[in-house]
Amino acid sequence: MPTVRLSFSPAPAHVRTARLVGVATARRAGVAEDLLEEIRLAIGEACSRAVALHRSVGLSQLVDVVMTDDDRFTVHVTDHAAGTEARAADPKNPDDFLAESPPQAPRTPDLLAEEAVVARMGLALLAGLVDDLEVASVPGGVGTEVRMSWPLMRMKAPDDDQWSPNRAK
Amino acid sequence: MELSMSTRVAGGCTVLTVGGEVDVYTAPRLRERLIDLFEQGSRRVVVDLSGVEFLDSTGLGVLVGALKRLRAASGALGLVCPHERLLKVFRITALDRVFSLYNTVEAATAATGTDNDTSA
Repeated sequence: MPTVRLSFSPAPAHVRTARLVGVATARRAGVAEDLLEEIRLAIGEACSRAVALHRSVGLSQLVDVVMTDDDRFTVHVTDHAAGTEARAADPKNPDDFLAESPPQAPRTPDLLAEEAVVARMGLALLAGLVDDLEVASVPGGVGTEVRMSWPLMRMKAPDDDQWSPNRAK
Repeated sequence: MELSMSTRVAGGCTVLTVGGEVDVYTAPRLRERLIDLFEQGSRRVVVDLSGVEFLDSTGLGVLVGALKRLRAASGALGLVCPHERLLKVFRITALDRVFSLYNTVEAATAATGTDNDTSA
């Protein structure tokens, strides 16, 4: 069950809204404070990517963001742009996805167009920020889904199950 | 927060002070301002990012574009970036090795205003 679901038209102005909602939801879910800045950046990059993909093919369909907080705080950002599914990689291997545009240190920035830098840096940021990152084709549909998750520090009730903070020492 | 920008001259450099969030929505305005400065003849430019709360890949792209323009014209670009929050973005993308980053405006203008080439 999604905790928060957000869909927005592919306008750059709405990416900030998605970041704000994402961070607020993460905080509410019990993500550690020191991860919130990474989450803000990662959601922004994933949404910027989706907006750019929709705009590149003139698609006005909404970008979908779904957040859940079961055992981890998980964010799914889904675009619906035709052609992007071909670039989705093995969901078990984000490196395949990154091969689309390898995030390497630009040794000669003079040779790089700004747009190429943005695409490359966006991927580099996502890969560098998010330990648990998957990009996959939308099942049975058109587009790609970026799935990212972060641990929760929320404690379960002590007698709720096998783990409690006092016994973890 | 909305993007804010102001320009002044210090230490032989044009200092562009930026505040707020630089993202996919606001970055085009930063790009326009940097192009305006270039077209008005500024070749030694310091962008003060001290007041920037958020910088994404779009903002990085704009800064790379400015660096490229200035270097092609034998100019120089220095970035004032004292906060870990933003430095991390430069490090993850390896752009900390491309840009000249400084802790203070004074350090940035001192280096950018004199060196022809501030690259390492």
